[in-house]
Amino acid sequence: MKTTIKIAWRNIWRTPMRSFLVIGSIVMGIWAGIFVIAFSYGLNKQRTLSSIKNSISHIQIHHPEYDKDYDSKYFLENPDLIKTELETNANIKAFAFRSLLNGMISSPVKSNGVRIIGINKNQEKEVTGIHSGLVEGNYFESKRKNQILIGEALSKKLKVKLRSKIVLTFQDTDNNIVAGAFRVCGIFKTQYTKYDEGTVFIQNSDLQRLIKSKEFHQVALLCNSLDDVDSTYHSLKTNLNDYEVKDWKTISPELAYADEIMETWLFLIMIIIMLALIFGIINTMLMAVFERRRELGMLMAIGMNKSKVFFLILTETFFLSLIGAPMGMFLGALTIKLTSETGINLAIVGEGLQSVGLGNIIYPVIETKFYIFIGVMVFIFTLIAAIYPSRKALKLKPTEAIRTI
Amino acid sequence: MEIIKTTHLTKVYSNNGLEVKAVNHIDLSIEEGEFTAIVGPSGSGKTTLLNMIGGLDDSTEGTVKIAGTNINSLSENELIDFRLKNIGFVFQAYNLIPVLTAKENVEFIMLLQGLSEKERKQRSEELLNHVGLTDKLDSRPNQLSGGEQQRVAVARALASKPSFILADEPTANLDSHSTSTLLDMMAEMNEKEKVTFLFSTHDQRVIDKARRVITIEDGKIIKDERR
Repeated sequence: MKTTIKIAWRNIWRTPMRSFLVIGSIVMGIWAGIFVIAFSYGLNKQRTLSSIKNSISHIQIHHPEYDKDYDSKYFLENPDLIKTELETNANIKAFAFRSLLNGMISSPVKSNGVRIIGINKNQEKEVTGIHSGLVEGNYFESKRKNQILIGEALSKKLKVKLRSKIVLTFQDTDNNIVAGAFRVCGIFKTQYTKYDEGTVFIQNSDLQRLIKSKEFHQVALLCNSLDDVDSTYHSLKTNLNDYEVKDWKTISPELAYADEIMETWLFLIMIIIMLALIFGIINTMLMAVFERRRELGMLMAIGMNKSKVFFLILTETFFLSLIGAPMGMFLGALTIKLTSETGINLAIVGEGLQSVGLGNIIYPVIETKFYIFIGVMVFIFTLIAAIYPSRKALKLKPTEAIRTI
Repeated sequence: MEIIKTTHLTKVYSNNGLEVKAVNHIDLSIEEGEFTAIVGPSGSGKTTLLNMIGGLDDSTEGTVKIAGTNINSLSENELIDFRLKNIGFVFQAYNLIPVLTAKENVEFIMLLQGLSEKERKQRSEELLNHVGLTDKLDSRPNQLSGGEQQRVAVARALASKPSFILADEPTANLDSHSTSTLLDMMAEMNEKEKVTFLFSTHDQRVIDKARRVITIEDGKIIKDERR
């Protein structure tokens, strides 16, 4: 075996340019595959984190009926019980009680339907990132009443600026129409234009004064990390069984599905790349076999059996992949390492990205399992690529291969 | 002792419905220690005959017995194994493994036979020394002249301690000096070590050295001369 491996190794360097080209294509293919995987995952992760950070948080608690029609009459009963439960759970980093209403926002120019979120500014600051996404103004710093934060996209639509006056109209718990004048104290911008266009933040105290109720509709909470979400979710579901507890995957299933769909899609992409590489490898090995017909025929003539000839061709094919695959993986890992720190700036298509909840800068990320998957794929596909040329070699008749003995 | 025996050995090639008898009912017996040349014009059937004796080609009719074994009854894998243990080949175009050194080329066949590293090393050095290539052990084929390559090929053929050596036109690509050196070396091996050689050749110098000359024409033996 040692000599066969030695022969195989030396054989692949008999035509160095050809071997370098095949190895180069393997390196590039694997690098491209890893990069596409990491980029796509980075894109998806960013979208998920952005949604978690700006709106949905990790876990939400509602009245059990609230999800049916988002009616404001379904407020959270006994909020102190919830508060105590949340305060005693070590996995919970922060939580915020919110009042939620659907209503209309009107400027002198235009009106728009919006989701009105009544917040406790200090609590909310710990849970969502709206305060850090302000492009103008401040985060309810003034002690004046009826301040409002609106999204940049909405401000453009309504043609309002900082300190402009707008009117919010909505129904109170008795279904009476209530209207209130608010002054824009801040304009925020998230990575999701649609969210910015349809969401406004006011302080709970102002909202509760207008609807004459001190109730809350939602508690949004953040865990210490994404890994803590599952256990916290199950614990809260058990301990707060009179309420509807939902984790981010249930609140926004499209985010969770996106991960699964992305995974399947990326596996397919990798398989397509490997299939393309297979043809390059087969072509190279077939050329090698045909060029060495005489030599292979001689080997069989002097007594090298078919399994050893097969192993020789197989080993040569594996050498090509075994050189290319780790180099491709290393290059891929290096690229991910660099770009995951600096990010890839896609400002040129920033508007399109923001419309689907993404920022201009994408940070590629890849899970270790993909490297393992790629390693296994390279092994399997190399084996497949080696079979055809090896079989061709085995079909050689020594007399035909070497013409004469 | 009879090393090779062919009985009614026939090879028929079909080409567009036209049958050509390359070898036509040849009965041949080669004894151990013979130094035999098969001669004849191109297309006379020399190479086909040697291919069948070497188990590289099937016969259409008749049998080949090597040291008492009917090789026509062996499976493909058995035949490969049989060749490895019993037949040494010397090819017209040397056919050394280009990526191995002279020593590794000689060792390779012993490796296939499963000999230990120590045995392989010792025997390959002995054989290469025997063919006068002591200073070329680590040279690759492209660093050797044609004559030197053919001497490595002879050493390789001898490495497996075969029953006999088949050599097809071994001097066809060599200059006269290399031919002379190679022939002297093979004749010496034949005389001193009783190595059996069976050549096919056109080369008068080989014919002159041979102690038995079999002439074939149109696939038939027309003359069998012992000297």
